[in-house]
Amino acid sequence: MTAARPDRPKVFQPKMPATWWLKHPKYFLFMMRELSSVFIAIFLVVFLIQIAQLLRGPAAYSAFVQKLRAPGWIIFHIVAFLFALYHSVTWFEAAAKIVVIRRGEHRVPPQAVAGAGFSAWGVLSLVILVLVLLLWS
Amino acid sequence: MSEPTVTLHVTRYHPEHDNAPRRQSYSVPYRQDWVVLDALNYIKDQIDGTLTFRWSCRMGVCGSCGMMVNGVPRLTCAAFLRDYYPHEIRVEPLTNFPIMRDLVIDMSDFMEKLRSVKPWIIRDEEKPLEAGEYLQTPAELEQYKQFSMCINCMLCYAACPVYGLEPEFVGPAAIALAQRYNLDSRDQGHKQRGPVIASHEGIWDCTFIGECSEVCPKDVDPAGAIQQAKVATTNEWFKSLLLPWGKR
Repeated sequence: MTAARPDRPKVFQPKMPATWWLKHPKYFLFMMRELSSVFIAIFLVVFLIQIAQLLRGPAAYSAFVQKLRAPGWIIFHIVAFLFALYHSVTWFEAAAKIVVIRRGEHRVPPQAVAGAGFSAWGVLSLVILVLVLLLWS
Repeated sequence: MSEPTVTLHVTRYHPEHDNAPRRQSYSVPYRQDWVVLDALNYIKDQIDGTLTFRWSCRMGVCGSCGMMVNGVPRLTCAAFLRDYYPHEIRVEPLTNFPIMRDLVIDMSDFMEKLRSVKPWIIRDEEKPLEAGEYLQTPAELEQYKQFSMCINCMLCYAACPVYGLEPEFVGPAAIALAQRYNLDSRDQGHKQRGPVIASHEGIWDCTFIGECSEVCPKDVDPAGAIQQAKVATTNEWFKSLLLPWGKR
């Protein structure tokens, strides 16, 4: 509550509860989007360490990969992958709202921009998948 | 057969008697063509004349009757009872604002922020009246038209957790209106608005939750305006870095 001042009416100043993001599904999804970056950051650090182990030689690399086969790390990678997928979806949706492409007087609908982004993402993922499978075999 | 009714749980706060807001319930007749504002007016006319709320045009133009209806910021003149019936309806003042009395919030913070972005056409030099209007093509109008539809109803501020957590944030509507004038081909006030818009309390406080655009009754898309302003400001910054002596 603000202090009473003769020149200003008394008002009630509501406070935002710490659980504000649990009160609305949209706010919850926003927090999940923000949280996803933590998992993606940890994944990237692990990935960088993995590359560093590769430089140290085959023995060091195999030992590190062996460590990553622990159930805890597998669960972490599944969770990080799901968060990365969700983050990517929100990224393309957000980009569509930001990128304004005009054709004459009219704006190209954001759904079309998002569609183009999702298509490019799909095609590139497929190419990478094919390359990985070819290298694997 | 008795007339169907609907129950409204309305926030009450009397600054002289109450330390905190309380809730009062009213039973009002249910009519298919009534909106929440009609129900509030029925309460004021027939049940309790002390209930205080703002309203004016009753047609989604004035932006006065914004309130939280079942936790969602809505213009109560556009929130039909039939969309909630037979469930009970919770009517509260817009969140993130100080409450003055019952459903009336203190909007002075918003008014100050609105003024700070100079939402009017600024010219380096005004043409004399005899020189006629500043002409504009339909394509130039289209650049900013969407952002000019704002009615200052403040629903976007009630939907924005950033504004709730950091009251210094200039906020969705004020930034959207700044963008409306920045994109106007007749305007030359871009640099004057810069210090407010490109500051941390301006566009960079926004984390793009996007709810402001969801609740906007006029499809203004303030979230889009803020992100587009971020891109424009970043481009300008790079230009000033790469072309420090050139024309920016």
